[in-house]
Amino acid sequence: MSDSAASHLVDLRDLRLDIAHALVAQAAGSEASLQREAPSRYLQGLIDGLCELSLKDPLTGLANRRHFRAVLEREIDRVTRSGEAALLLMLDIDHFKAVNDTHGHLAGDVVLQSVARTLSACVRPMDTLARYGGEEFAVVLPACQAAFGKVVAERIRRAVANTPVRISPSVELNVTVSVGGAFALQWIRSTTLLWTDRADHQLYQAKSSGRNRVSIEEQPDSTVSAEEKSLLFGPLYTPSGWGDLPPLDPTGSAN
Amino acid sequence: MSDALSPPPTSSDAPPSPGRPPGAAATGARIIAITSGKGGVGKTFVSANLAAALTRRGQRVLVLDADLGLANLDVVLNLHPKITLHDVFTGKALLEDAVIQAPGGFSVLLAGSGMVEYSRLTPEVRNQFLNVIQALAPNYDVILLDTGAGISDVVLFSISLASEVLIVATPEPTSLTDAYAAIKVLAMQQKRQHVRMVINQAARPGDGRAITSQLQQVLDRFVSTETGRGVRLIHMGDIPADPSVRDAVMRRQLLLLNTPGCPASLAIAQLANKIETTLLVPAP
Repeated sequence: MSDSAASHLVDLRDLRLDIAHALVAQAAGSEASLQREAPSRYLQGLIDGLCELSLKDPLTGLANRRHFRAVLEREIDRVTRSGEAALLLMLDIDHFKAVNDTHGHLAGDVVLQSVARTLSACVRPMDTLARYGGEEFAVVLPACQAAFGKVVAERIRRAVANTPVRISPSVELNVTVSVGGAFALQWIRSTTLLWTDRADHQLYQAKSSGRNRVSIEEQPDSTVSAEEKSLLFGPLYTPSGWGDLPPLDPTGSAN
Repeated sequence: MSDALSPPPTSSDAPPSPGRPPGAAATGARIIAITSGKGGVGKTFVSANLAAALTRRGQRVLVLDADLGLANLDVVLNLHPKITLHDVFTGKALLEDAVIQAPGGFSVLLAGSGMVEYSRLTPEVRNQFLNVIQALAPNYDVILLDTGAGISDVVLFSISLASEVLIVATPEPTSLTDAYAAIKVLAMQQKRQHVRMVINQAARPGDGRAITSQLQQVLDRFVSTETGRGVRLIHMGDIPADPSVRDAVMRRQLLLLNTPGCPASLAIAQLANKIETTLLVPAP
């Protein structure tokens, strides 16, 4: 993304065909992907390329805030309907202002890009990693079981802490992040705002308790863990479907 | 008993009359919340038919649509009320005008579709809801709260008004998981020491008891209440899978009126009997 600065300079109110073409070709890394022969196919390729660009953060190549919001909304729809667990993590680079102040904004950009790369290596393909703002990142993790929330967040925190960032041939910085997380409310239609607020609140907790740490919201009582499910169904259902029910409980504990 | 609508022997000639002199009801109706973790398990079907069966036993019954704006009670009973709870809340109508008579001889209070705007539970909505229940309680022996599915604020609030909770579940894994989650929340947040279960669409006799016992074992292991006693499930009965149910639902009629002798009708009559003997004062 070193040549991404060019896309900063485009005035979108005056986007001309040749500039759009250059932008998309640059992002795709080659001219070949845009075929000029068939006009409709060419325009579709151009539109697709621009849409793709409009969802990305130019500096880090991660999803931008607009894309993040759309993903979060879709996830709320899904969770409301399926009751599945989904985790939202908010991350903030610790003492990032000091990096900018001491080493300059270019060094700051290098740190942001490096952290983005480290984060990308920590998540699954189905997860959405976004640059939320300044030095703040967000990760949406669909189908993330409650038991794994802390583990995932902790793995991310450690990965960043263990990856020093070389900002110049002679200077290497140790970077850490604070991580806050909240699960989507199962069965309850929430809003993106409420969900990010809850995750943000946990991020604040992680920051105020000393930084370089993880804070995940306690699960509501309504969560049914995988262990509970397996105990619920193990004896009731055989792999072939409705199986043999266990004999009636002789102690009559259910009545 | 020849069919579900045969009156119980003890009250052979007692009509289900609203004019019965106040007995136990002088202190107010018994409030029973009928809920389910998951939607589509027959919650409203059970509420309406149970109300009919209890009415036939001589109880004065009100079914209150507590699924603000999203309930299907009007659909199940084929009712088209002009005045609903929404008009009462907005001051356009009196409470007594919103209470209507259902085909089974019991009373119904419908929320009305305008209630969707109340799906956020503000203190005013809570108060109005409480006032409605308090105003109606002296006139009935039992109030059935047909709650929404799931465990949202509104559902939990309406359940909190009830002294007894009856969970409707089907044997499907999704229904059981959601029922389990609901029971867990009720035990932890409302400190419920017991919750009653009815298994709808049971495939075979004994299924409901086995399912309840399985749920109980998992609850014993994962849920402890403050008293340390945990939550106890009480199996109230099974309603067998029965093609007559679909037929009655499609005709928008009460099962107990449509096919009073079918297995599901008989099971609901039995459920009413058990509820009356364990929770209510039998009608004279």
